[in-house]
Amino acid sequence: MIVEQISVFLENKPGSLEHATRVLKENNINIRTLSIAETVDFGILRLIVNDVDKTNNVLKEAGFRVSKTTVVAVEVPDQPGGLHSIMEVLNKENINVEYLYAFVEKSGQNAVIIFRFDNPEKAIEILRAHKFTVVPGKQLYEL
Amino acid sequence: MIYNEEFETLPREALKALQLKRLQQTLQRAYHTIGYYKRSLSATGVSPQDVISLDNLRNLPFTTREDVRKNYPFGLFSVPMSNIVRLHATTGTSGRSSVFSYTRRDIDTWTELNVRSLVAAGVTKNDIVHNAFSYGLLPVGLGVHYGTEKIGASVIPMSDGNTKRQITLLQDFGPTVLCSTPSYALHLAHEGESQGVNMKTLQLRVGIFGGELWSDATRDAIEDAFSIRALNIFGISEIMEPGIACECLEGRHGMHIFEDHFLVETINPQTGEVLPEGDEGELVFTSLTKEAFPLIRYRSGDISRLITEPCRCGRTHVRMERVLKRCDDMLTIRGINIFPGQVEAILQEIEGVSTDYQLIIDKAGALDTVELHVEVGEKYFAEAGGVKELQAIEKRIVKDMKDYLSIPPRVKLVAPQTLAQKKAKVIDKRII
Repeated sequence: MIVEQISVFLENKPGSLEHATRVLKENNINIRTLSIAETVDFGILRLIVNDVDKTNNVLKEAGFRVSKTTVVAVEVPDQPGGLHSIMEVLNKENINVEYLYAFVEKSGQNAVIIFRFDNPEKAIEILRAHKFTVVPGKQLYEL
Repeated sequence: MIYNEEFETLPREALKALQLKRLQQTLQRAYHTIGYYKRSLSATGVSPQDVISLDNLRNLPFTTREDVRKNYPFGLFSVPMSNIVRLHATTGTSGRSSVFSYTRRDIDTWTELNVRSLVAAGVTKNDIVHNAFSYGLLPVGLGVHYGTEKIGASVIPMSDGNTKRQITLLQDFGPTVLCSTPSYALHLAHEGESQGVNMKTLQLRVGIFGGELWSDATRDAIEDAFSIRALNIFGISEIMEPGIACECLEGRHGMHIFEDHFLVETINPQTGEVLPEGDEGELVFTSLTKEAFPLIRYRSGDISRLITEPCRCGRTHVRMERVLKRCDDMLTIRGINIFPGQVEAILQEIEGVSTDYQLIIDKAGALDTVELHVEVGEKYFAEAGGVKELQAIEKRIVKDMKDYLSIPPRVKLVAPQTLAQKKAKVIDKRII
């Protein structure tokens, strides 16, 4: 049920993000969603893409430092309280969220929230026990 | 003023005779007590008794900083530890720093040479000396400290740092002599002025500065900022620092080398050939009186020129011009000498970064700044590609650089291509 996210190290200087997106474009890779974590000196670009292995390879070949990170995608109705319903459960179960980002599905009905947990398996188990829709990677890549 | 009239004004002929006698003694001792010298002299086919004139010195092999490090920690000591009263060392990880030692008599010699330097600057027992040279494992601060006490002047053992406190004491204690690196002196001046203190009206009369390369322009700036006379002092940690040479107030041009304790040669750094006195080249020193840690033909890496013309102060000892450049890759940052190889050795021990790096040295005001660009390792990032992990690496680098080299840099992690394109591992933007 896990999702593979591509993390790319970006030096904090003009042109480094453009270089990464150029490599993706040239290799016909479609980005489902993304976020950027930034510090004073560097950033990490987090990507959910249609082809994880290809993205990993082409970015590596272009000289980027790349890693695959395990994340969990959860689908909730796109309405007030959607995210909160998940957070309530995670809080009660004492599950720590390292980071998260979200996007709205094309249909506009649902939002998908990407979570990074210390222990994704345990988080998935709990979320499913509470009847949340955990989106499998395969389904997400092909959205 | 001259402290040791007899030796500091010894006629050249007598001085040379004394040097030869002391050189022969040093060679005998080194040959018979230190395996390294026995091997290196034997390899060149020279034995101590072959040295019958000062000219024979050129037949002896050089000793380099690398040789000192290869014998880390105690391999070049000439006496048993029971006769050693002090150990000092340069910065660096195990095997990459120089360790040197002193017998009781070495400490006395070091003290006397610091007394000579202070007296040459006009220091008497009525003075108060603000000593902002660093105290600790590096020897500089303690050398000046001992010299000051021996004269009977009052020493304020400030060490470096705590700038606000230093400015307070400069006003409250009224020191008449300032000792520090030239860049720290300028930093004190700038900070004092920014706090509204008139640094020109302090009691300071003279300053003794050293430990890094500095120019006449910097001297002018310091003299102007404090309204003092600024003199240059010279030393090499492995030999004596300070305590090899000092400027006199009367001449104020070039530092008198204490030739009754050190032999100096000028060489072509590429070929090792001895150059005529007065030519510019690398200075090579041989210690003549050191007991615990004698050094024979030690290559300083400092490019300078000897001034043989007599000085108006009356000293007969040859002078050396201020050192404005080096022939090796040594960097002096905030008065601390480091080598790029030491940075590399630190990075080698840190998982997650490659040993490709770039060190960028600049100035913020009078103080040196250091930025260290390091490449993120491919395997490490692939396995732990998170912000937390990378920030932990940054912290580790800063800490290790501070612990081993006393220089905490600003660390910037960079992408791999960046450094491959840049050939220079060190960019020094400072103007001395």
